[in-house]
Amino acid sequence: MATRQTQLLARSLLAPAVGLLFIWMIVPLALTLYFSTLHYSLLDPGSESFVGLENFRYFLTDPAFLASLQNTLVLVGSVLALTILLGIPLALLMDQPVIGRNIVRLMVIAPFFVMPTVSALVWKNLLMHPVSGLFAWLAKLVGLTPIDWFTDAPLFAVILIVAWQWLPFATLILLTALQSLDEEQKEAAEMDGATAVSTFIYITLPHLARPITVVILIETIFLLTVFAEIFVTTGGGPGLQTTNIAFLIYSQALIQFDVGSASAGGLVAVVIANVVAFFLVRIVGRNLEA
Amino acid sequence: MGQITLQDVQKSFGPVHIIKGADLEIADGSFVVFVGPSGCGKTTLLRLIAGLEDVSGGKILIDGKNVVDTPPAKRGLSMVFQSYALYPHMSVRGNIGFGLKMAGLSKDETNRKVEAAAATLNLTPYLDRKPRELSGGQRQRVAIGRAIVREPKAFLFDEPLSNLDAALRVQMRIEVTRLQKQLGTTAVYVTHDQVEAMTMADKIVVLNGGKIEQYGSPLELYERPANLFVAGFIGSPKMNLVTGEPAKQQGATTIGVRPEHLKIERDGGGGWQGTIAVAEHLGSDTFLYVDAGPLGMLTARYIGELSLHAGDHVSLAPDPARIHRFDASGNALRN
Repeated sequence: MATRQTQLLARSLLAPAVGLLFIWMIVPLALTLYFSTLHYSLLDPGSESFVGLENFRYFLTDPAFLASLQNTLVLVGSVLALTILLGIPLALLMDQPVIGRNIVRLMVIAPFFVMPTVSALVWKNLLMHPVSGLFAWLAKLVGLTPIDWFTDAPLFAVILIVAWQWLPFATLILLTALQSLDEEQKEAAEMDGATAVSTFIYITLPHLARPITVVILIETIFLLTVFAEIFVTTGGGPGLQTTNIAFLIYSQALIQFDVGSASAGGLVAVVIANVVAFFLVRIVGRNLEA
Repeated sequence: MGQITLQDVQKSFGPVHIIKGADLEIADGSFVVFVGPSGCGKTTLLRLIAGLEDVSGGKILIDGKNVVDTPPAKRGLSMVFQSYALYPHMSVRGNIGFGLKMAGLSKDETNRKVEAAAATLNLTPYLDRKPRELSGGQRQRVAIGRAIVREPKAFLFDEPLSNLDAALRVQMRIEVTRLQKQLGTTAVYVTHDQVEAMTMADKIVVLNGGKIEQYGSPLELYERPANLFVAGFIGSPKMNLVTGEPAKQQGATTIGVRPEHLKIERDGGGGWQGTIAVAEHLGSDTFLYVDAGPLGMLTARYIGELSLHAGDHVSLAPDPARIHRFDASGNALRN
């Protein structure tokens, strides 16, 4: 089929989509590159001037940068760990034949459909609020002092919210993988005298290696750019305690109105994302090879 | 030792009665084949023996001990699955040795046994390969290796050859039979292929609709089928079943004659008259499908070549000593 004509046809049919995607990506990137070399303050429009790499030096030497880089990595790592460590047992439970299984599944998946802003608001005002929140009420019920989540453990609180949002995704991917595990393999293990625990360790977990990889890769992409949850709950604070790279860029651009520095930060974030992706693929990517 | 006894074994899935009371005596060291059409309960019966399903009633005795409440691993049986069910991420060595590892054997002991089993099955060069790097026949042998390495009381085979191509199936059939004789271990083998059943079994269990129709040696089943179902199921091509006037003459409702017991004569013989619809010339055999008018379609088999063709008139004379007679409820009438 791959004659010269069909190749030509395929290319010309693909060209509009590829072209559009290319423009879609290249224009913002080029503009960001351009802005990152300017002194460009929104407070003083019309005064743009070329400053070379000054914006990069400013962004990278800002103490906020290292703090937010650390926060980003802690956030991504913790949410990954939580979603996978909780997702596996949840998926195993949901794989059991129970009455109302479909409803249970729907409810477990539900958080994924709630938009980040809304879920952050729900957590902030209904669950974690130190006076009127559910957790505070529960703490008082057993005689403990309620925790003021966003003051005492702000990053942990954000991690909890984001993990809650991504747990359904991990569970769902792992559940579909569990369902594709050959029933006869489990029976063979049973005949071989494997206990439930050894079946899990030697049969189920190796089978899940690939979907776990997929979960890690996809979640990482999205978790590097968590923004709405931080914006709604803590606004990056207290201090810099919940500022991640994405939020730092936002604050450069729209709190300090420094577009040049924000653009430089955006480019730094692109590099960081690529570095993370590079290591991830090195570490877990070989699971994807058939 | 590996003597298995079933006493009135029952199995229901909800309201559906799958096994309606099976009684069976499997002698130590014998090769018993469960055969029957799909949905007859043969696999369910095997899984009941294995312990992968719980019985709804009755007893299963292994060496005289009731095992219905014993978990599968403790019954001392091993099973070869239809899909082989190899562990895809383990090497052949890991697959064969998994059961021993679970039983807590030392590494050296496990290795020694795995290598012995691999040698028996000509798998030694493949010990460090993954299942996906093996051919169908090799995977099959790994599955068998996994079964023999544990030195079980009995092997359970669940249609193990159905995923292989025809030539390989014949070869594996012989290998499995030889291996079983060599080890002297009891084997229970499920298949829907009556050729496999006839060639491999010491004794065949014919199942239909969750009931054991007949239990006996292959030739017993061929020569003295207990009922119409067994008569029609065992033997290829199928036995001709004739009702009406010719049956009445024999004092039966239905009579059966195997294709190889019909004497074929050209026009004018004294047997049943008919016209050849299709003639199959295989060289070693000739199969004639004959339209015998009121008697329906009859199949006749001639050993060797017979130059008859579609459209020819023939007369088919049944061998009187080889006529099977059945009463109205389908049971065989004996003289």
